[in-house]
Amino acid sequence: MNSAIAIMADTPPQLLPARELMAFTLASHILLVPFGVALPAITLLMHYRGLRKGDAVALLLARRWSAVMAVQFAIGIVTGTVLSFEFGLLWPGLMGRWGDVFGLGFGVEAWAFFLEAILIAIYLYGWRRLKPWTHFWLGLPLPLTALMGAFGIIAANSWMNTPRGFSLDADGNPVDVDVRRAIFTPMFGPEYWHFVAGVILTAGYVVAGVYAVGWLRGRHDHYHRLGFTVPFTVAAILTPVQFMLGDSIARSVFHKQPVKFAATEIVWKTDTHVPEYMFGRLHPDGTISGGIKIPQLDSILAGFSPDTQVTGLSSVPASDRPTATQATIAHWAFDIMVTIGSLLVLLALWYGWCWLRRRDLPRSPWFFRCAAVAGAACLVTVECGWITTEVGRQPWIVYENMRVSEAVTDTRASSLWAMLGIVIVVYTLILGTFLAVLLKMRTRWRAADEQHAGADVAGTPEGDTPYGPRRTTAAAAPDHGTAHGDGGGQ
Amino acid sequence: MIQDVMAWVLLAAVAAYACAGGTDYGAGFWDLFAGGAERGKRPRWLIDHAMEPVWETNNVWLIFVLVIMWTGFPVLFQTIFTAMWLPLALAAVGLVLRGAGFALRKPMTRLARRRIYGAAFAVSSLLVPFFLGAVVGGLATGRVAPGTKASADAWANGTSVLAGLLTVAATAFLGAVFLTADARRFDAPDLVHYFRLRAWCSLGVIAVLAVVGLAVTHHDAHYVHEGLTSGIGLALVLVAAVSAVATAGLLYRTATGWARITAVGSVALVVVAWGLAQRPYLIPTSLTVDQAAGASTTLRWLLLVTAIAMVLVGPPLVLLYRLDTSGALQPLAENDLRRTAANRDPGTDR
Repeated sequence: MNSAIAIMADTPPQLLPARELMAFTLASHILLVPFGVALPAITLLMHYRGLRKGDAVALLLARRWSAVMAVQFAIGIVTGTVLSFEFGLLWPGLMGRWGDVFGLGFGVEAWAFFLEAILIAIYLYGWRRLKPWTHFWLGLPLPLTALMGAFGIIAANSWMNTPRGFSLDADGNPVDVDVRRAIFTPMFGPEYWHFVAGVILTAGYVVAGVYAVGWLRGRHDHYHRLGFTVPFTVAAILTPVQFMLGDSIARSVFHKQPVKFAATEIVWKTDTHVPEYMFGRLHPDGTISGGIKIPQLDSILAGFSPDTQVTGLSSVPASDRPTATQATIAHWAFDIMVTIGSLLVLLALWYGWCWLRRRDLPRSPWFFRCAAVAGAACLVTVECGWITTEVGRQPWIVYENMRVSEAVTDTRASSLWAMLGIVIVVYTLILGTFLAVLLKMRTRWRAADEQHAGADVAGTPEGDTPYGPRRTTAAAAPDHGTAHGDGGGQ
Repeated sequence: MIQDVMAWVLLAAVAAYACAGGTDYGAGFWDLFAGGAERGKRPRWLIDHAMEPVWETNNVWLIFVLVIMWTGFPVLFQTIFTAMWLPLALAAVGLVLRGAGFALRKPMTRLARRRIYGAAFAVSSLLVPFFLGAVVGGLATGRVAPGTKASADAWANGTSVLAGLLTVAATAFLGAVFLTADARRFDAPDLVHYFRLRAWCSLGVIAVLAVVGLAVTHHDAHYVHEGLTSGIGLALVLVAAVSAVATAGLLYRTATGWARITAVGSVALVVVAWGLAQRPYLIPTSLTVDQAAGASTTLRWLLLVTAIAMVLVGPPLVLLYRLDTSGALQPLAENDLRRTAANRDPGTDR
């Protein structure tokens, strides 16, 4: 208890708002990340199918997804730029001291992102005028640039988890920087592949989920079948792979960041034959309440044998480890992620079984209900994975080298709280509008499809927007003309 | 040695952001002053269409500037973001409102909502360059040194305010020049006239601000003032001025293609002249390039990454601007989705 008070006294008042602000902006941005990274790949896959098989429906889907991409990418750029400002506004100590050690990853990311912005502009706005295959080939490098960008970001984050590639001089400043060692740190590989698989399957499940809902409502047409099958297959193939990768990253944490592992598994005392707790709550005195206790399992999972010794939280001083509350948060986030991941594996197996037996989608509506929820569940796992890795590292911003409290800005706490308030309001509005725009696009597209099917039904009142159908009846002729003519100014 | 090269790269990135981002902010500036919904309809239509494909690319330069700063010159980054906390925080909020406003106003169907998002976009197009300019002006005065705490004095002084206003005027100038060219491209003679007039006006404002600036900076930012009024700094400023005047003349003859080049040239030259005037300091007169530089191994790698990236990014960037200026980039409308998907593509498919 005394030590907890000592830590509190040591904590500058701006630490809490700075943390909350970073957490809020990152938590929002990370929801867009899967789509920024993986939506181009899924769209290009559909695009390829459309061109290859001359499938107009596949092309329609690809075009519509790219319209979603346009709005999503714009919002992602905005929230991403804020993050790079926040590194300076909130954590000047981190960047000032360590910027030259781990910043290069961001350099790679910035260029990759730049390239992505260029290519995405060509891809999004090239539909009308470029030749189909030229257009496709110009879009093809997009997933690679996205993976390259992710490489940079994950390199920086994994460095914060397992910092290397420097030595400290007498004043504790980093010298002898070795960039290669700083980028390829022990946590880099596990984090990167776990991230890549995670974002692709998240984007896949979310996109498929949209069409699963349509399927449940009785729209069993080629459009919905294709819109569901392509992204869902990608996601389903990756789900068991991700399960293995998740297991491997947990074991890497066990070896490289034992205290973080102890926090995510709420292990208090270093011991062998450690039980696994599903959920439950850790108290500051090391006791655990609630949760399901499975004897021996934690040791078995960590080292394949009940005799494996697992380091406990109490092995380091209280000031060097997450608090009981932080450990509980990291533990819950981890358990929720693992639980959802396991359920997704079952869903993928169900799909695979039906496909192998009948070359067809499962017939049960429950399958589609689960598929519809899978996307949202995946977004939850993305948040949980990030919470596990960030909260589990506390109180370190650079593991065992710099505390979060040493990196924080010395701007007054009140300014930071005010900024947090502004950002929450602005982000809520933006993300709310973003969702509303997506829903409206869907409604419009459905209206357009129904009208297309029912020939000349009277048009619904629509505004001229680049994302939905233009005024469908009256303006159809001139617009049609423009699409085939020179295009001019419209 | 390597730190000097990197400092040049940083300056080049700042110049690129000033030109590309500046044009983009300028478009927003004219959106703000385009008048009511009815009167401003045509200029806003042009602004939307001209900006749409390239605005993201234009603004990514900023991220690149920040990354070079914290990787190559971490002390500079820490100093600026500590001392200039408020203007940078406001600029960040402005960037969010601007990007979101621009991206979300188009899909809005109701006029009232469009107005809100349009206003967010336009107002922040004015505020963001102002605050960024004020930060640069504040740095030039020498009020900031490593260890300086956040204070209003650092950025709320004559030089800062002037630099902020000058930045806004420069963005307005660039925006107007590019929109004149776009108006020609989109075949709208009335808008050619409209934006050409605005380009001339903003050039006039810049001239007035520059004269005022000479007086203000004489004592307030002496080091930079000296650098800009003598030797190579002065030479560059003069070439920039000639280039700006040439832009006005080229616009008169509606040689808009050349006008774009001279306009960009004049802004880039001023940025380079400012960088030269600060030499050997990154923050006059407290932080030199050598003092601010990070580990030399990192700088070498950063340079290598930059070089590789330039080879990779250069051609697509040229392609993007060429496709854009030749009118090959157009937003999708649902109508295109349906019809071309059904009829055109399989037909043209080889």
